[in-house]
Amino acid sequence: MNLRNIAVVYRKELKDSLRDRRTVISMIVVPIFLMPVLTIFVGVLSARLIGRALLQVPSVMIIGGENSPQILAALRAFPDVQVLPATPDYAQWIIDKKIRAAVELPADFDAIVARGDTARVRIDMYQGEINSGFGADKLQRFFRDFRERAIRERLDARRLPENLAEPLLVEETNVAPPEKVSGVVLGGLVPYFVIILSLTGTMYPAMDLTVGEKERGTIETILCSPISRTSLVLGKFLMVLTASLSTAALAIASMGLTLAAASQMLGGLSQVNSLGLQFQITPGAVIWVFVMVVPLAVLFSAALLAISLFAKSFKEAQSYLSPLTIVVIAPAIVSILPGVELNASLSLVPILNTSLVSKEIVSGTYHWNYIALIFGSSCVYAAVALWVAIRLFQREDVLFRI
Amino acid sequence: MIAAENLGKEFRDKHRGVIRAVANLTFRCAPGQVYGLLGANGAGKTTALRMLATILAPTSGTARVAGFDICREPEKARQNLGFRSTATALYGRLTALEMVEYFGRLHGLDQSSARRRTLALFERLAINDFRDRRCEALSTGIKQRVSIARTLVHDPPVMIFDEPTAGLDVISARTIVAFIRECKASGKTVVFSTHVMSEAEKLCDTIGIIHDGRLLAEGSLQDLRDRFCVTDLEEIFMRVVAG
Repeated sequence: MNLRNIAVVYRKELKDSLRDRRTVISMIVVPIFLMPVLTIFVGVLSARLIGRALLQVPSVMIIGGENSPQILAALRAFPDVQVLPATPDYAQWIIDKKIRAAVELPADFDAIVARGDTARVRIDMYQGEINSGFGADKLQRFFRDFRERAIRERLDARRLPENLAEPLLVEETNVAPPEKVSGVVLGGLVPYFVIILSLTGTMYPAMDLTVGEKERGTIETILCSPISRTSLVLGKFLMVLTASLSTAALAIASMGLTLAAASQMLGGLSQVNSLGLQFQITPGAVIWVFVMVVPLAVLFSAALLAISLFAKSFKEAQSYLSPLTIVVIAPAIVSILPGVELNASLSLVPILNTSLVSKEIVSGTYHWNYIALIFGSSCVYAAVALWVAIRLFQREDVLFRI
Repeated sequence: MIAAENLGKEFRDKHRGVIRAVANLTFRCAPGQVYGLLGANGAGKTTALRMLATILAPTSGTARVAGFDICREPEKARQNLGFRSTATALYGRLTALEMVEYFGRLHGLDQSSARRRTLALFERLAINDFRDRRCEALSTGIKQRVSIARTLVHDPPVMIFDEPTAGLDVISARTIVAFIRECKASGKTVVFSTHVMSEAEKLCDTIGIIHDGRLLAEGSLQDLRDRFCVTDLEEIFMRVVAG
């Protein structure tokens, strides 16, 4: 191993890669623009869809209530819904999205309420369908108001106090600071994107620097230069690592800026303020997430270099590396699942450990013992992957697979 | 100087078992001489040359390249040889100048020496006008010359060519043949492989006929003609290969 030779190889690979459009796209363009584009696209699209659904007056049907002209008249007069004539196949109408919901009333609803008994009302809706949900919500609101009015009237009739029907009030109060609340929401998302991008950022350079050499026929000429194969692989590895780290750094920076901008834009919204969300990552969290991603980037770079070297062609390398994305996405997704908490055992599971600890860091929790354990174990995995990559570069059956 | 002693190479294949690519290859090539390995496809030429270039490690025997043992001192052997394969083996996104300089740097030259040597070679090969153009944008002929400059940048005393004219048009092939002659004239040791008889006839001081990994006959063109009592090298080759 010779530092001068490693530097010579690294400089050449860096120059070569920065002139490659595909590498520049995966290394620079995607991490910078993915998060803002996703935020703007998803944010604007969902805001529009939800806004449109909220503004819409849902069509509903009233089933039954034949002998209850008062409730029928009240429902028809309710401005938030449009009542259509009832049909026997109203359920199919809901499924076909021709109406949003239906309300089933007993025939003598008015009489039951007047007697002071309990009338059973059923609201039929299409669960999971957002417009149907909004329609059902509006009907729920109508009947909630109706019930409260009925209770008040019954209490008045008996000259009883209004609070008789309310023996207790339950209030839920958030005691967690806003950054922790938003950490639960964003904490899983940020490392998920950073980990995926630091993997995808290495893919093309790793293939170009290994199997690309085989396809161009340059592998022979490079192998008969006097530099050692260890220096050669380390020079190439450093280039792939540069791609991975710059992708991760740009992704983190882009996310930080996007979230800060989103925070500014959404700050005025009362719904957001009432949730106590703070769409921001602190500079300290950005630095620590990046530090935790470094050994993972080393692991990705070395592993991808080794796998790509094993392939005979670009196509074959792609077929090896594409499933790897799923292998990486799976633990990243697991870390977002509710109930998955960082512990000593999970601290040893590669990718999942980094994802979980980054989630904690984003929410402002620093478990230093776990951070040390995760950093240490990730470094060991990274070193093993690098050792494998160096060993593979010594093997003729890998370099000259037929 | 190249001296191969009982050089052998076996590959292990999951389905075919042990494949003997080269067996007991022994030959010598002195400075200022051209040694041609003549053989059909799959005869073991490329494997033999890859072993001499230290790209593959021999499973038996050894060789000395410019006085260095390829098994014990592979890096020193590599320092003293230039290897050119069938492909021009250029990095498309580097300019011609960057490409050749890079190989100079890999061979231990400092930045200024690599630049000086590269420019001198470009002048000699008449490609100075193309030096700042990316290799991917060069014509086939210019690529050949850049590839030659890349092989020569560290001025190695030993040159190894693996089927250097395969797939080339007449003009490009002539550039390569002229280059091999130049190497010989400047006192370099040249070993090359080919299956083109006329090339071997024109260039080689010694011809080695290789078949199934074994060197079956060796000598100057005249020696071979005398031994087999025919003048046509192709006929000699066929008789040797037929056993």
